[in-house]
Amino acid sequence: MPRNKDINSVLIIGSGPIVIGQACEFDYSGSQASRSLREEGIEVSLINSNPATIMTDPVTADHVYLLPLEIESLEKILQERKIDAVLPTMGGQTALNLCIEADKMGLWEEYGVKIIGVDIDAINITEDREQFRLLMEKIGVGVAPSQTATSYLKGKEIAQKFGFPLCIRASFTLGGSGATFVHTRDEFDDAMQRGLEVSPIHEVMIDKALLGWKEFELELLRDKNDNIIIICSIENFDPMGIHTGDSITVAPAQTLSDRTFQRMRDMAMKMMRSIGTFAGGCNVQFAVSPDEKEEIVAIEINPRVSRSSALASKATGYPIAKVAAKLALGYTLDELNNQITKDTTAYFEPTLDYVIVKIPRWNFDKFEGADRRLGIQMKSVGEAMGIGRSFQEALHKAAQSLEVNRNGLGADGKGYTDQDEVIERLTFASWNRIFVIYDAIQLGISLRRIHDITKIDMWFLREIEDLARTQEKIEKHSVDTIPRDLLLDAKMKGFADRQIAHALHCLESEVFKKRQELKIQRTFKLVDTCAAEFEAYTPYYYSTFENEIQLPNGAPFVENESIVTDKKKVVVLGSGPNRIGQGIEFDYCCVHGVLAARECGYETIMINCNPETVSTDFDTADKLYFEPVFWEHIYEIILHEKPEGVIVQLGGQTALKLADKLNRYGIKIIGTSFDSLDLAEDRGRFSHLLADSNIPYPRFDVITTAEEAYDVAAKLGFPILVRPSYVLGGAGMKIVLNQEDLEHHVIELFKDYPGNRVLLDHYLEGAIEAEIDAICDGDDIYIIGIMEHIEPCGIHSGDSHSVLPPFNLGELIIEQIRMHTETIAKKLQVKGLINIQFAIKDDKVFIIEANPRASRTVPFIAKAYGEPYVNMATKIMLGENKVSDFKFSPELDGFAIKIPVFSFDKFPKVNKELGPQMRSTGEKIHFIKNLRDPMFRKVYSERNLYLSK
Amino acid sequence: MNKNETNQPKKAVVLLEDGAVFYGISTGADGSAVGEICFNTGMTGYQEIFTDPSYFGQIMVTTNAHIGNYGVLEDEAESNSLKIAGLVCRNFTQKGSRVGKSADLIDDFRAQGKVSITGVDTRALVRYIRKQGAMNAVISTETQDMDALRELLKNAPSMEGLSLAGEVSTEAPYFFGSPEAKFTIAAMDFGIKQNILRCLAERDCYIKVFPADTALDVFLEFECDGYFLSNGPGDPAAMEKEHAFVAALIEKNKPVFGICLGHQLIALSQGLTTYKMHHGHRGINHPILNKETGLGEISSQNHGFAVSADAIENNPNVELTHIHLNDQTVAGIRLKNRPVFSVQYHPESAPGPHDSRYLFDNFISLLHHYSN
Repeated sequence: MPRNKDINSVLIIGSGPIVIGQACEFDYSGSQASRSLREEGIEVSLINSNPATIMTDPVTADHVYLLPLEIESLEKILQERKIDAVLPTMGGQTALNLCIEADKMGLWEEYGVKIIGVDIDAINITEDREQFRLLMEKIGVGVAPSQTATSYLKGKEIAQKFGFPLCIRASFTLGGSGATFVHTRDEFDDAMQRGLEVSPIHEVMIDKALLGWKEFELELLRDKNDNIIIICSIENFDPMGIHTGDSITVAPAQTLSDRTFQRMRDMAMKMMRSIGTFAGGCNVQFAVSPDEKEEIVAIEINPRVSRSSALASKATGYPIAKVAAKLALGYTLDELNNQITKDTTAYFEPTLDYVIVKIPRWNFDKFEGADRRLGIQMKSVGEAMGIGRSFQEALHKAAQSLEVNRNGLGADGKGYTDQDEVIERLTFASWNRIFVIYDAIQLGISLRRIHDITKIDMWFLREIEDLARTQEKIEKHSVDTIPRDLLLDAKMKGFADRQIAHALHCLESEVFKKRQELKIQRTFKLVDTCAAEFEAYTPYYYSTFENEIQLPNGAPFVENESIVTDKKKVVVLGSGPNRIGQGIEFDYCCVHGVLAARECGYETIMINCNPETVSTDFDTADKLYFEPVFWEHIYEIILHEKPEGVIVQLGGQTALKLADKLNRYGIKIIGTSFDSLDLAEDRGRFSHLLADSNIPYPRFDVITTAEEAYDVAAKLGFPILVRPSYVLGGAGMKIVLNQEDLEHHVIELFKDYPGNRVLLDHYLEGAIEAEIDAICDGDDIYIIGIMEHIEPCGIHSGDSHSVLPPFNLGELIIEQIRMHTETIAKKLQVKGLINIQFAIKDDKVFIIEANPRASRTVPFIAKAYGEPYVNMATKIMLGENKVSDFKFSPELDGFAIKIPVFSFDKFPKVNKELGPQMRSTGEKIHFIKNLRDPMFRKVYSERNLYLSK
Repeated sequence: MNKNETNQPKKAVVLLEDGAVFYGISTGADGSAVGEICFNTGMTGYQEIFTDPSYFGQIMVTTNAHIGNYGVLEDEAESNSLKIAGLVCRNFTQKGSRVGKSADLIDDFRAQGKVSITGVDTRALVRYIRKQGAMNAVISTETQDMDALRELLKNAPSMEGLSLAGEVSTEAPYFFGSPEAKFTIAAMDFGIKQNILRCLAERDCYIKVFPADTALDVFLEFECDGYFLSNGPGDPAAMEKEHAFVAALIEKNKPVFGICLGHQLIALSQGLTTYKMHHGHRGINHPILNKETGLGEISSQNHGFAVSADAIENNPNVELTHIHLNDQTVAGIRLKNRPVFSVQYHPESAPGPHDSRYLFDNFISLLHHYSN
C-alpha cells in the first residue's frame, strides 16, 4: 500500500539547545527524518532554536524556522504555511511536550494539522507514571511497585508502605531530572522537595528501587498494519541504579538466553500495542532480576526516537529515524527497502556479528562541587561508541575514543593501587568506574567481591579479567621476544599499541613496526545489518584484527572488506564524544566539510566515534570509518586509503591535536599548515608574531614550576588569568586576585596536567570582549562575522551572549579588529577558517587568542547570515577556490544573539557563577529587530551578575 | 602436559571441500569432525540451535560474536544431545554467567565428544559460503596436515540425496502431554524439536510420537484427531517412502500440520518438487508474509532445501499461503480440498520470535472443526 497521499507538507519539531539528557542525537534523527520525507516529495518545515544543527540547514529542510520552541512560534509557522501534518517524535521530550501543549490549546485542530508518528494518548500514558503503571497491570506486564504523590505528606505515606531504598522521580522531565535514590529519611525529604519543584505538574513518582537488577532496552518499529520489529537489544553493563544515559551499554544484549529475550520481546510488543496504534518507533526499558527466576519488569516506554535509538541505528546500520518517518506517512515495513542490502526489505530484524560498547563522557571538572557519583539522574554530556569483533575489543575502542588521557583499560601506569580507594571507587560509581574495575582485578580483588559491590554481570567481569591476564602475559616479554600469537591475541582484544608498548617497555612506534613485521594489521569490516548473509552496499566500516584465511591454491591473508578506489580522497577527522566546549558545532562543520569536498570531486572519508552525530550517519560521507579519533586507528586507515590529505580544522581540538603527529609522519594536512597551527597554539611564538606586527595583547608569561609564579605575578600585576596550555573550553582556567589564590591554583594545575606549561595573563578588568570568524586563502581574507559579547571579558566566550553584528563598538574599534585579523591571518598563512578573540579596553583592541580552525560560532554566523561558510572554507582549504571566487551577501535584519544554555539543574549543589571556564552545554539563536528588544535589555542589564573570579 | 602447553591454545583449522582454509584455535573440545558447513545468524539461542536435530551432520558457523555467555539449561534443549557435527565461532565463552545454568557449553561439547573451534574469522567464512554455496567441510584441532584432512573429507557424503531422519528419530514411540487433553495427535518424528511438543501440549493436545520408520498401517491404527509431520535433517527428495506415506495420510481427511521437513514432504506428496538452496536460511530474523492476512511475521528458520515455487500455481490441490520476503521463496502452503497446511519455518521458534505461534492455534481450530 503506498503512502498517505493527503500529506504533502510536514512540520518537524526539533529538540532545541543541547542540555544533559538531550543532545545531538536529535539532530541526527531530525535530519534523517527530514531527508526521508523529502525523498517522498514532501515539503518539510522545521523548527528548532539550536543553530549548531545540521537539521536547521537549508541542505536538510525546505523551510527552516530558527525560533524558540514555543506555541507562538508554531502558530507563526502555521499562519505562514499550509502544514498537513506534524512529526513530533524526532525532537526528544521537548518536542513531545510542545506537541501536547499545542494539542491542549487546540492549535493542531484549528489549523487542520494531523499528528503523525505517535498518538497524544500514547505520550500522555507513557509520561504519566501512574497511568503507565495501571495500564501495565491491565495487560499483565510487571512493573516495580510504585505510586505517585503530589504532596510531601502523600509521599511520606508511600515511603512508609514500600520501605527504603526508594527511587523518586519527577513526572514529565527528561534525562531523569529530579530523579534520585534515597536510602534514608533525610535524603527522602530533600528528594521529594526537589522532585515536586522540577516536575512541571508538581508530581513525583515513588518507586521501590530495583537496585542491582540487570537493565535492558529494546528499540521497536511498527507500521500501520501493526507489524512490529525489534531493531536492537541493548544491555546495560551498569545494572539498575545508574541512569541508562550514564551507563556503559552493550549491543546486542550479551547475557540473555533466547527464552528470556523472547519473553522480553513479547512484553515489549504487547506494551507498544497497549499504548496506541500509531506507526512509528518506540523504546522500551526493562529490568531483569539477577537470579534464576529472571523476572522481567517494565521500567518505561517512550513512543519516540531517543538517544538509544540513535545508538541502535549506529550499532546495527538500520536507520531507525529514516524508516520511522516513512512509516508515519503510511508505508508498511515490507514496502520499504533495506537501504543496505538493497534487495531485501526493511521488514526484518538486524543481526550483528560484532559487538558495540558505548561509554558516556562526563565533564565533572566543569561543575565544581557537583556530586560526582552516578545515579538515576543523567550527568554525562556525551558518549563514544566502539565497534569490535568481541566485547573486549569494542570496550577498548570505546575507552580509546573517550579522550580522557587513557589508552584503553590499564597498561598506562595510571591505575589506582590502593585497595581501600579502589573499593571505595567501585562502591560509588563515577566516570572512571570501568578503569577502576580493571585496577581492582590487577590488585587481586576477587571477581566475586567486585560483583557483590557493583552487581555487574559476571560475564562482563570475566571478560575484563581476561584482559588483565593478557596484559600480564605481555609483560613477561620484550618487543623482541613477544610471540606473534600473543601479540595478535592482544590486538584482537583491542589493546592499543601504546598499551602494549607500556607493557613491553618500548616505544609505540616499535610495537607498530613489530606488527608490520609479523603482518598483524588492522583489517576493515562492514556494518551491514545482516551478519554478511546478504551482499551489502553501505560504506560503513570498523576496524578489527582477524586470523588468516587461505583460498584454494592461494597464500594466507586476512580478508579486508574496505576496497580502496582510485579516486582522489580526503579524510575528515571528527570531534569525538561531545563535551563542554566541543559539541555539535564541530559536527556541523565536519558534515559541511564532507559535503563540500564531495562537491569538489573528492571521495570523502569520515572518521569519528560519536554515535549521536550526523557525521557518523553512513549517508553523510562516501566512506565512514566508525573508529576512535586515536592515532593508531586513523594512521592505519590513512595507510590503507592513501588520501591526498587530512582535514583537521573542522573537528575541534580533538582533530587539531593530531596535526602534529600527522605532520611528523609526512601526511598532508589540508589547509593551514601544521607550523601555523602550532604557532597559534604556542603562546611564546604567537606573542612574538603579535609584537612584531605591533598588535597589542595582554601582558603574559609562561611558567613551568609554581616557584616562578611569584616573580611573574609581580611583573604582570593582579588580577591574573591562569590556564594550562593546549586545553579546550577553558579547562582549568581561573582568574586570581592575590598571591595565595594564584599559588593554590597553579599547584592544582601542575597536579592535573603534569608536564604541561601554565600561562599567566594579565586580566583586562572591565574590558569588552569580541570575536571574529574569518575565511582566508593565504592572501585574501573575508571576515564572516564580528560578534560582541554582552558579558564582560572574563566570562568564557562559550558562556557569553554573543551579538552579531556588534551593538556597541565604534568605527575605530571595528577597524582595529579588521586590521588585526587581516594581519594575523596572513602571517599565519591561514587556508581555511580562523577565529580570533579580542578584548577591548580604553578604545584599544587586544588579542586574547587566535585559533586557525573552525570555531563554535561558525554555524551560528552561517545560520544568522544564511550563507554556507564551512562549505566555502573547505573549498579554499582544498585549493579549489579563492576567497575572491565567492560572492558574499549576508542577510540579517537587526541582530542575532547566541544564547548559552546551561544544564545546572542536573547539579543542584553547583554554584552557578560564570568565569573563564566554559560550563554551558548548548546554545540557541535569537533574532532581535533592534536594541530596544526586552530580552536584550534584560541580559544587558544583568551582564555583570554572574562573573566570578 | 607441561605448563607451557596449557597456556598456549591449540591451533585449529576449517578446511572446506573446495580447498579454502580458515584458521582458528581450539576451545578445548578437541577432535576432528566432518559435515556440511552452514551458518546461523541468530544472536540468542545457541543451545537450542546446537541441539536441534535438523542440524544433524552439519558443521555450524555462528555469526554472533560471542557464544556460550549464559551457559546451558537442561530445560532449554531441543533434544537430548548436541546434534551439530561441530562448531566454528569467533569468541567462545568457557564460563557462562547465568545464575540458574545447568552447565557450561564447553561441558556439553566435551562430554559428548564434539569439536568446537574459536577465533575464526567467521564473517569471512560466511561471506565465502554465501558466494560459493553450501559444501562439506572438516574441522580439526588435532592436525594441520591438509592431506590427512582432505582424506577425511573425501569420504563424507554430500547432503544432497541424503536421508537422515532415521538417524535422529526416536527408536520407540512415546507419549507427550496429558492423557486427559482434549485432542490426540499422532506425530511423525523425523527429528522433532521439543518445543513443538510443548506448543501442542500447551494447547490441550496429547501427542504420540512415532519413529521415522513406522509403517503406515501401524501409524494409522492409532486413533487420533490429527497428524503432525515434524522437522528433520536431510534431503526430502531422497525420502521416497515418506512421500507415499504422507500422501496416504492426507487421504484420511484429518487435520495435518507440517513443519519444515514435514512441509516439504507434504509438498512432495502432492507432486511438487524440492531443491537444494544455495546456502539456505538459518536464523531468527527472517521476514514472512502471510498472504491470507497480509500481515508479516519475523520467523525462526533452519532449512537448506525448499519447495519449488514454479509448479504451485498450476497444481490444483495446493495454495501458496506464506512467502519469504527476502527471496520470495515458498514459506507455507495449504491444500485446497483437505485440512492440511504446512510451513517451511519454525513457529515453535526455539530459538526465535513468537510471531508465528498462531499457526498452532490454527491447527487447533482445524482439530475443533474436524472433531465435531
